[in-house]
Amino acid sequence: MAEVTLVEAVNMALAKAMADDAEVLVFGEDVGLDGGVFRSTDGLLARFGAARVMDTPLAEGLIAGVAVGLAAQGFKPVAEIQFMGFIYPALDQIVSHASRMRNRTRGRLTCPMVMRAPFGGGIRAPEHHSESTEAMFAHIPGLRVVIPSSPSHAYGLLLASIRDPDPVIFLEPKRIYRAVREEVADDGRALPLDSCFTLREGGDVTLVTWGAMTMETLAAAETLADEGIGAEVIDVATLKPLDMDQILTSVQKTGRCVIVHEAALSGGWGAEIAARLAEEGLLSLLAPVQRVTGYDTVMPLLRLEQWYMPSEGRIVAAARRALEYA
Amino acid sequence: MATAKKKARAKPQGTREATRAAVTVTPATLLDYYRQMLLIRRFEEKAGQMYGMGLIGGFCHLYIGQEAVVTGVQHALEPGDTVVTGYRCHAHMLAAGVDPKRIMAELAGRAAGSSKGKGGSMHMFALDAGFYGGHAIVGAQVPLGTGLGFAHRYRKSDRVSVTYFGDGAANQGQVFEALNMAALWTLPTVYVIENNQYAMGTAVSRASAVAELCRRGESFGIPGRQVDGMDVVAVGAAAAAAVEHCRKGRGPILLEMMTYRYRGHSMSDPAKYRSREEVSKVRQERDPIEQVRERLIEEGQTDDAALKAIDKDVKAVVAEAAEFAQDSPEPDAAELAVGILAGA
Ligand SMILES: Cc1ncc(C[n+]2csc(CCOP(=O)(O)OP(=O)(O)O)c2C)c(N)n1
Ligand SMILES: [Mg+2]
Repeated sequence: MAEVTLVEAVNMALAKAMADDAEVLVFGEDVGLDGGVFRSTDGLLARFGAARVMDTPLAEGLIAGVAVGLAAQGFKPVAEIQFMGFIYPALDQIVSHASRMRNRTRGRLTCPMVMRAPFGGGIRAPEHHSESTEAMFAHIPGLRVVIPSSPSHAYGLLLASIRDPDPVIFLEPKRIYRAVREEVADDGRALPLDSCFTLREGGDVTLVTWGAMTMETLAAAETLADEGIGAEVIDVATLKPLDMDQILTSVQKTGRCVIVHEAALSGGWGAEIAARLAEEGLLSLLAPVQRVTGYDTVMPLLRLEQWYMPSEGRIVAAARRALEYA
Repeated sequence: MATAKKKARAKPQGTREATRAAVTVTPATLLDYYRQMLLIRRFEEKAGQMYGMGLIGGFCHLYIGQEAVVTGVQHALEPGDTVVTGYRCHAHMLAAGVDPKRIMAELAGRAAGSSKGKGGSMHMFALDAGFYGGHAIVGAQVPLGTGLGFAHRYRKSDRVSVTYFGDGAANQGQVFEALNMAALWTLPTVYVIENNQYAMGTAVSRASAVAELCRRGESFGIPGRQVDGMDVVAVGAAAAAAVEHCRKGRGPILLEMMTYRYRGHSMSDPAKYRSREEVSKVRQERDPIEQVRERLIEEGQTDDAALKAIDKDVKAVVAEAAEFAQDSPEPDAAELAVGILAGA
């Protein structure tokens, strides 16, 4: 079994999907000859040829729209957007076409496409190169939003997303593209979509997060453990449809919940989870839900970025706040 | 497939006009060009070094090799004209006359930067000088520049809007939308395509069905000219003619500047999509600064000593900018909350 990074696991999953299914096509800006800005499509052109691995003109609306057309013909397009901040020219196609094709045609046309995009901050780049606007997509009915948090999750969730019959926005936490190595078997086994993953068990407080923030959140859980506090860490993984059952089960046990995401606070996906907790789990809660998030501002540069990003310290403090309620 | 297509391709009709440098230019202008281009090059070299040292974060797109384009175009502009471009914008700031110290400080994300360290390398502005920004979304500046041109027209002024974009950007849908409207409403907009042959790792021939980007406006009736973008005199002359065209109310015009970037797309590009030979050939044969240097010497306008003095001067300006940037403090944490909405 190979020890791979998250970005290598993405590459492995793409290759596996292409090898298994001739209808899988990979395209986007610089994904072929260059192997992708982050090298996630490295080697695919050489292995599968220019008919299946295509460098497109620089036009995101086109990329998304062509994916919808291909999907309507039974292909399984996997399109890359270089950075999440460049996906907005494609929004119209994603929202108005990809997400609604099944509903509009009552299932006669589906849209089995994947839009991959690296997302999130912490790489010393401002604005578009660091965005986390996953909630925008999770808001749209008819889309799946999937975010891996480790190499094995990237492999299993990307395979599942490609095989899924509906459009998936697959957001890759680029800050941890190369942060850890993990043994991942290239066995073609997918992980379940629409399901949270409990990364660590604990009985005192539930920490809910996704993507790169699982790193800070797991570190916070470790620190809390030193203080004798048991933190359960849940990686949401599929933001939409949201697996509320697992979150509710955990909160029934702990009575306290901290939601962590690096996207801006207002209207972030944490707000949806908190609302659902209020609706479906209020009687289990012993303390107000805490959110540790980015601020309602534009992702800044350099030093300011360090202040923007939720830190282990902020997560620990939020957990302690939740535990103050008797 | 690509070669077959290339053969079948129609020759550009009428609109293409290779503007060669048979243009007269005063010695003073040539010296201005020389100094300006050298400043851009040395500044960018320093920015590259500072990026390597971790002093500049994020992405950093250098203009080295393309100096003649912004230098020649800017020379044709007057106060009140407006300019907008993409993320490769440090040179446009320098050409607009912004203090290099403030540009370098912005690159380093410092409080003394032109945007207090909040815009960084890709988002620079100098509104006083008519520069409405670097914009990181490829192609998105084209409607912006068209809007600036619309404002000039609406106010019945004879000011002109210049919009720069790349060969890759030329494939974005909003570019076509903007060109159509500019022609429809006879807007005073000069579109300058900086064709440096590549969009990241994608060569023009691999991304554009018709390689002559000067023809992008044909279906809207927008005249287009291909210009040797490595020859600052040719650029200056073509820009002057284009600006004049707009000032006279004749509507939009498009200039395709044939240029080349010597460095990678950004500082994090290993540039494996082209050969070293390709780069060194351009450097040796078409370098914009060398061309002017040779012309100045050949025409006896100046001597080596005078040029050396300019070199020394420019180096000092750049060194001072780098020092200033490093000595300038980081923005305050409170800046995070500032500037999102008015009064907030
Ligand atoms: C909408 C959008 N898509 C993708 C990118 C990423 N990107 C930045 S520059 C670039 C290439 C642009 O090439 P070109 O227009 O030729 O300009 P050049 O960099 O050569 O100056 C790409 C793909 C972006 N910034 N914005
Ligand atoms: Mg280019």
